[in-house]
Amino acid sequence: MKNYLYSIILITIFLFIWEAGARFVDTSFILPAPAEIAMKIWELKAELLLHHLPITLAVIAIGLGISLVLGIILATSMNISKTLEQAIYPVLITSQTIPIIALAPIFVLWFGYSIWSKVIVTIIITFFPITVSTFDGFRSASKELKELFQTLGASKRQLFFKLEVPSALPSFFSGLKVAVPMSVIGSAIGEWLGAQAGLGYFSRRMMTQFNGAGVFAPIVVLSLIGILLFTSVVLLEKFILKWRRS
Amino acid sequence: MNGEQNKKLALQFKNVDFHYRNAAGEIPILKNMNLSVADGGFVSIIGASGSGKSTIFRLIVGLEERTGGSIYLNEKQVADRPGKVGYMPQQDLLMPWRTVLQNAALPLELQKENHLDRGTVQNLLEAFGLKGYEDKYPHELSGGMRQRVSFLRATLSGSNVLLLDEPFSALDAMTKLFMQEWLLEQWEQQQSTILFITHDISEALFLSDRIFVITETPFTTLKEIEVPLERPRRQHDLDKKEVAELKNNLLEQFRMRV
Repeated sequence: MKNYLYSIILITIFLFIWEAGARFVDTSFILPAPAEIAMKIWELKAELLLHHLPITLAVIAIGLGISLVLGIILATSMNISKTLEQAIYPVLITSQTIPIIALAPIFVLWFGYSIWSKVIVTIIITFFPITVSTFDGFRSASKELKELFQTLGASKRQLFFKLEVPSALPSFFSGLKVAVPMSVIGSAIGEWLGAQAGLGYFSRRMMTQFNGAGVFAPIVVLSLIGILLFTSVVLLEKFILKWRRS
Repeated sequence: MNGEQNKKLALQFKNVDFHYRNAAGEIPILKNMNLSVADGGFVSIIGASGSGKSTIFRLIVGLEERTGGSIYLNEKQVADRPGKVGYMPQQDLLMPWRTVLQNAALPLELQKENHLDRGTVQNLLEAFGLKGYEDKYPHELSGGMRQRVSFLRATLSGSNVLLLDEPFSALDAMTKLFMQEWLLEQWEQQQSTILFITHDISEALFLSDRIFVITETPFTTLKEIEVPLERPRRQHDLDKKEVAELKNNLLEQFRMRV
């Protein structure tokens, strides 16, 4: 807890300045005060947490889940075959140059207001860090260790599971730590562009009603989800990579 | 070593050729090379960097394919060499995510035909002074200890032939001396055959029955030197007159080539 002391102080100072500024400006639909937002969250807690939150969480979970599977499959294929690496890697990079916000309306055309248009946006944003970091992890396996395995007569399969996978894990977790907050952003963007429910959708609806505090309330909830997910990944990493603790 | 002629050969090179291939063509390293090591012997190979010392090892373990000739292990010609000898590399090459026990027991996991069991592992852990450290991770050990784990792993390959590639070169001078004495004790107990690469002349003299000297590349025969010391040895034996002379002699040979 002591490690967070200074950042708590910083956030408190920031909130105070914000609160003072908001009261000075006194135009709630442009700059709602933190206290006002907090009261809004409390007021809307049932609707936000019971109605919109589960829908957004479903987008995050499905999107992140598919990204994980896709990323690991892509990274493994590129690691196994040089040809596949040369084929896939440029496509991978290109996929990240697509302006998602411009493309998302097309996903809505394809999938309607169903969950899949948001899941696709989440996948496109999150599979990239997972794929690249896992692939780099595979390649970080030491050449000398590989040779040692060969002198012991290791099979390709043993080499993969006993050397390359453990070597890739630290890097894989770094990628996951990048991907997790991005999955929250991805789901919110997806919902912003076309949805009938969800925290991103709710925020947008409040915007059209010039309800400043109502715009911020779901954003605060989204940000808390991001922090929570990130912390879980860090704990999982600490548990799995316990050999790194000295 | 009396009666070496009658002893079984642990390792033999017969007319072995080897060259690297690069853009400029072929770079010959070994030409028609012959070498034999008796079972239970301790033999060192010394030579300058880049002279092809390590190539000999890479040929034996099968990381390089010889271009001609044949290599025999325990008097049997082996086509499929990987997994047939114990190899201890220059860096300890312990996997940071595995404990001491898991690192050492790697050969048992990888080799189907490995006949050693967990009981042997436990006994050797104790003999190697690693008891109580089984569940530690490599980063929690000292340099000397990590090398002992690495040597244990080579031993657990179950082979009677152990190849040690400059295993102590990264250790501090004091630890190095203790590890040399420790290695000799282990070798005498295990009765294995050790081939030891080094660029440290004193180390080679202290450890070996015989020393092969590589003075030029490509090489055909290796200059062979018998070490005039009885066993068991202590470090101060190196101060004996004939050993000191031999050492200076060897030093002179390399001085010409620097």
